[in-house]
Amino acid sequence: MLFRKASSPFISAQASVHSIMYQVLYALIPGTLAAIYFFGWGILINLLIAAIICLLSEAFVLKLRNRPIKASLTDGSALITACLLALALPPLAPWWLTAIASIFAIVIAKQLYGGLGFNVFNPAMVGYIVVMISFPREMTFWVAPLGAVDHWLSFSDTFSIIFSGALPDQSSIDSVTMATPMDTLKTQIALENDIESTRHHKVYGALFNNFGGKGWQWINLLFLLSGLWMIKQKIIDWRIPVSFLLTLLFIANFFAVSDYASYPSALFHLFSGGTMLCAFFIATDPISASTTPKGRWIYGMGIAVLVYCIRTWGGYPDGIAFAIVLMNITVPLLDYYTQPKTYGKSEVE
Amino acid sequence: MAGTQRWPRGTQGKLALMESTKLKHFHGGLCLDYHKDISRQTAIVVCPAQSRYVIPLQQHIGAAGKVTVEQGQRVLKGQMLATTKKLISAPVHSPVSGTVVEITKHAVPHPSGMEADCIIIENDFQDEWVERKPVAQNYHQMNSHDLRNIVRDAGIVGLGGAVFPAAIKQTEININTLILNGVECEPYITCDDRLMQERAREIISGADIIGHIIKARECIIAIEDNKPEAIAAMQVAINEDNTGFFRVQVIPTLYPSGSEKQLIQIITGKEVPINGLPADIDTLCQNVGTAYAIHKAVFEDEPLISRIVTITGKGIKQPQNMEVAIGTYIADCIEQCGGYNDDASCMIMGGPMMGFTINSDQLPVVKACNCLLVTTSDEIYPANTEAHMPCIRCGRCVEVCPAKLLPQQLYWYASTNNSERAAEYHLFDCIECGCCSYVCPSQIPLVQYYRSAKSEIWALEADRKKSNAARQRHEARLFRLEQQKRERDEKLRIKREMLNKKKGKTEEIEIDAKKAAIAEALARVKKKKETQAITPKNTDHLSAEQERQIKEADRRRQMLKDENHE
Repeated sequence: MLFRKASSPFISAQASVHSIMYQVLYALIPGTLAAIYFFGWGILINLLIAAIICLLSEAFVLKLRNRPIKASLTDGSALITACLLALALPPLAPWWLTAIASIFAIVIAKQLYGGLGFNVFNPAMVGYIVVMISFPREMTFWVAPLGAVDHWLSFSDTFSIIFSGALPDQSSIDSVTMATPMDTLKTQIALENDIESTRHHKVYGALFNNFGGKGWQWINLLFLLSGLWMIKQKIIDWRIPVSFLLTLLFIANFFAVSDYASYPSALFHLFSGGTMLCAFFIATDPISASTTPKGRWIYGMGIAVLVYCIRTWGGYPDGIAFAIVLMNITVPLLDYYTQPKTYGKSEVE
Repeated sequence: MAGTQRWPRGTQGKLALMESTKLKHFHGGLCLDYHKDISRQTAIVVCPAQSRYVIPLQQHIGAAGKVTVEQGQRVLKGQMLATTKKLISAPVHSPVSGTVVEITKHAVPHPSGMEADCIIIENDFQDEWVERKPVAQNYHQMNSHDLRNIVRDAGIVGLGGAVFPAAIKQTEININTLILNGVECEPYITCDDRLMQERAREIISGADIIGHIIKARECIIAIEDNKPEAIAAMQVAINEDNTGFFRVQVIPTLYPSGSEKQLIQIITGKEVPINGLPADIDTLCQNVGTAYAIHKAVFEDEPLISRIVTITGKGIKQPQNMEVAIGTYIADCIEQCGGYNDDASCMIMGGPMMGFTINSDQLPVVKACNCLLVTTSDEIYPANTEAHMPCIRCGRCVEVCPAKLLPQQLYWYASTNNSERAAEYHLFDCIECGCCSYVCPSQIPLVQYYRSAKSEIWALEADRKKSNAARQRHEARLFRLEQQKRERDEKLRIKREMLNKKKGKTEEIEIDAKKAAIAEALARVKKKKETQAITPKNTDHLSAEQERQIKEADRRRQMLKDENHE
């Protein structure tokens, strides 16, 4: 008999941060595969660059901070950041752009705040915003999805564009890249071309599918399905995605119904750009999100409003990163003012 | 593996005896692995008499009793050993006849492994009782006050684990609902389960006495649906009683349904107000074991000198429920169970969710001891106090918290020693049920953080009290010194005046001067009293928040003062 000392409770559900993070990573797989299918090797190369740089910079800072390296590297959180970045950055983004975004995300936005659990902002979104503001030209290096073009850019061509900027013979960067459907619509609306004519335009029309952007709608659909799986597994809280998607649906529908020629439909908003990725994988990052039940409702709504405003009236094609970071700022306030009534409180008041 | 928070599916079908009453659900909670079959298969065994007993003076919440026996004195079984007139307290009694060999400090079961005042009794194996005068059925004619005194003098405290003196809970009368707590939601523990199976009639009888004291109109016996035999036994006893006063209420198995506040919420749908009592919402909650003890006190005039203890876990050779005399060494009980298994590694008093580890078996069984859980290292989760992962604010703790707190925020402030903020996030509403620690994916020992934050705030408060007292003492001393100086000067002046006058008038003057001095002194005393009435405070230039905190502290201090006066 040993009479070991311990503190209650002596039993545990034995859940772990590690398993949560890896389940999130697994949930990212289908959507990522779809993104690779539609946009080619670029996404995969981005993913590898981001993963390597994220892990290396995390290890570097942990070493500087004298923290256990192995435990933190294997928790999976840096890989999630890398994956989100790879999905958000354009497929033909030069390697250094991905590297800068990754370094910023991990070193500045995550580790300088104290590492996992202490970051105020979503690291991937901070990394994205930094390169978005600093390198607007490179951030437009999107390609047309498979379906709009017959085949991918070959692996060697993609590789050389990303690493040396060398384009295939007799082509300019404009001939291999193409704006995203969201960007295209925005430009065309600004030129006072109505949505219907853009959707059936001889060039741009190829970018659109029945309800979302070509390719994008399938990627979004897969992220939606994985998101629902994560909710079922209780890996993420359902409140943020539900409030975000419902609010976005409501606002987009309100404007689309009032003027369908210049405001894209709610379905287009839900199934284009990074909507579903944001709803289930970015906004639900528990560390930078609000943590009270009521706060999570407000947090999701706030993101939806900001996303819609930036998409519709702002200067950037998609507003998810800015919306997330802006709402991250409000989190301490939200958490403070949305404390649930504790047991026995409701009876007194 | 246990899921979290929702009532398990299909429980509805199992609630065969549940009447039409709609049960309410408290926030959060856990479905756990219960391991109750380890200990509930066999009947309660009475622990044989031992040669030596250790009776701690304080086995309850409240003040310790004063010893009423002397070293070397012979005591009889059931004789009162220590008592006090203080309101919140309970006496202790001798479990056997024998000799008081020592009144000394002895290690007692406590998380800190501390020692406390104990009376050590050597058994003479005569089993000679003090004179007993049971009131038995006559209790129907007795008034609440006298019955309450019987409960009090029998040293009966809440036997669910909280050990709050039972008589005090029963002070309020005309309470509508008496809830008898047979929930026993902690894993492993089966003492109430077995008690209900074997001694249902006595429990019902004890509940009837409580009902008589508080003039209750109904008694609901709450039992979790994982104890079908206990439910059936209680139902049989109720059918025999046939007064319509009792009703069994089967509730779904969900931890911590057995916690008083949560149970009241399940049954009545109401929450006990903050800083309030169950009586405020017309309920009183008592454990089935307590009801049994009250039956024994009234019908046999037997004070609380024994209780049922579940001795269980993989570290025990023959797990069982045992009726153990209070004061028996834990080691003696373990021996009766065949001793430890080789891989026994940890002894917990109480259940695995809220109990505490004890560092020796040379400790007495006390009134609070409902379970001795001896575990092997693979049976319980290893104490992960060293390195845990950081909090990722996932909010699982919020989902399961039955007090509707924000454990992750509390943790943030408790771990950074920001006690003011922690209190603002309702640290003191935490019931330490352990649900948050149980689900935490980062394995943070949350409850441990809350406990230390609480004790830190208590220590701060005590410090503040002390320094306040010191300051007042200091100010009083300055005042006294000044007064003495003034009196001395006054005397000197009078003396000088007297010397200047002629001898004949001296006496008159002296008397006048004395009278004047007395009058002056009286005036000074009066003035002093007035100034003292206004307690000095540094309360200028404070923010509203600080003023609020001061008020809050004053209120708590007043509450403490009131308690002490009682």
